[in-house]
Amino acid sequence: MKRLKDFASGIYIGLIGLFLYAPILVLIILSFNKSRSRVKWGGFTFDWYVKLFANKQIKEALITTVILALASAAIAVLIGVPGALGIHAMSKRRYKVMMAFTNIPMLNADIVTGIALMLWFVHFIPLGFGSVLLAHITFNIPYVILSVMPRIQQMNISVYEATRDLGAGPVYGFFKVLLPEMMPGIISGFFMAFTMSMDDFVITYFTKGAGVNTLSTMIYGQIRKGIKPEMYALSTLIFLAVSAILLISNGISAARKAPKQNDEERI
Amino acid sequence: MNEDKVRNGNRRSLLSGPYALWIAGFTILPLIVIMKYALTDKTGAFTTANLTAIFTDPINRKALWLSLKIAVGTTLICILLSYPMVLAMKHLGLGKKGFSLFIIILPMWMNFILRVLAWQMILSNNGLLNLLLTTLGFEPVRIANTETAIMIGSVYDYLPYMMLPIFTAIMEINEDLIEAAKDLGAGGFTVFRKVIFPLSIPGLLSGFVMVFVPSMTSFVIADILGGGKLQLIGNIIEQEFTTANNWPAGSGLSVMLMLLVLISTAFTMRRKTEGRESALW
Repeated sequence: MKRLKDFASGIYIGLIGLFLYAPILVLIILSFNKSRSRVKWGGFTFDWYVKLFANKQIKEALITTVILALASAAIAVLIGVPGALGIHAMSKRRYKVMMAFTNIPMLNADIVTGIALMLWFVHFIPLGFGSVLLAHITFNIPYVILSVMPRIQQMNISVYEATRDLGAGPVYGFFKVLLPEMMPGIISGFFMAFTMSMDDFVITYFTKGAGVNTLSTMIYGQIRKGIKPEMYALSTLIFLAVSAILLISNGISAARKAPKQNDEERI
Repeated sequence: MNEDKVRNGNRRSLLSGPYALWIAGFTILPLIVIMKYALTDKTGAFTTANLTAIFTDPINRKALWLSLKIAVGTTLICILLSYPMVLAMKHLGLGKKGFSLFIIILPMWMNFILRVLAWQMILSNNGLLNLLLTTLGFEPVRIANTETAIMIGSVYDYLPYMMLPIFTAIMEINEDLIEAAKDLGAGGFTVFRKVIFPLSIPGLLSGFVMVFVPSMTSFVIADILGGGKLQLIGNIIEQEFTTANNWPAGSGLSVMLMLLVLISTAFTMRRKTEGRESALW
């Protein structure tokens, strides 16, 4: 019975895995396809990878995408972390109001957020990199707040107050007591914001105006004319790079955990 | 002492000043502006026609109905696929390892539009799926540019958003509770119904919001997998702003869409705020 269940579980995980990874496999294969056609195999080639590095437009879009993700995530942390600390100190009613507003960009459909921002932006700034950055910060702050807030709720504010009573200044207390406690939440919030920004298409599409392109909006623009195979090559590279980073960081955190467990056993 | 605490709390709440300004400038004001557009016609006079158009115009009505169908279908299928997946991972002891999370999250790092395009290639009439079916001796299927194709793309895209919160919720369940239920004579299904499922509801609710809202409002998936013939409400809104260039009409539809989404997800909010916040990941 147990073995039957093991077997069924394995098969099911395999099937879902196939469903999740089949399209990715297709894209990776296409990045090596000599033929420009999306349905015919024309032989193996590395050409698209070579051409990719010579393509100025793609390089520009990639740089825009990465700078946008880094900057919007960093600014979201700078506004969101103090924001979460402040909201946490509020009375229950005001806490609820602030959290409700925090949830608006997350609950609202991307298309509505994007259009509302665009309609507002056109009143005072030209649509371009700046407007996209403002939009990305707007949808990134909630991710930072929601991942820092549980940390703040868990931490004991009395420890901070004790350091203050013992003569530490607020800045010293913040960096020595509060920040280390919040750090895991800040890091996960930053990465979540970074990912959301990299992955966003809809909000960027409506707030970007002409002239600026991220990878997503560039790909969308190519759908009718046919996707340039260099895009498959670039996506494959990004995908492989992220897998490697995630695998390594997974390995590191597993290795860190292992000796700790041994310690506990010894005790 | 108490007064001191209150004063400290008040001072500390000032830290959220910049964020409060940000909310005012980039969350509230844009919503006011879109309402303003929604409530005026092209000449600038007040009208409610842009709002009611979602129900009165047959094209909008059809798109809204299709969006609802796709959203409900996608959400249900994602729930039905996620529970066995998480339970299977738990059964094989993959729950505590970061690796299973990695498997779920990783596909999200391939560009979203390219992934949808890959499904177009798989599902097209002479695509990979039919190649596989005919090689195995089955009849080929014709699902390219149909509602089914949109549904498959949608399920594919949003499945991780359902699996992640359910995974987190179920892996947090204290193993002792399950053991206790078994000791008291509960069978596998009873354990699921009485212990695992009720404790996974917060995860299910976040998954619901994270799948239902985007699958109802997306326009890219229908654009690519519907072959331009099938329109969701998102496609109509997008066209009002790009090809039709009718901002009031597009704003009216957006506002109605926002209200519909808020109404259909409102019941999840109360539970979420009660337990303050359940972590997304």
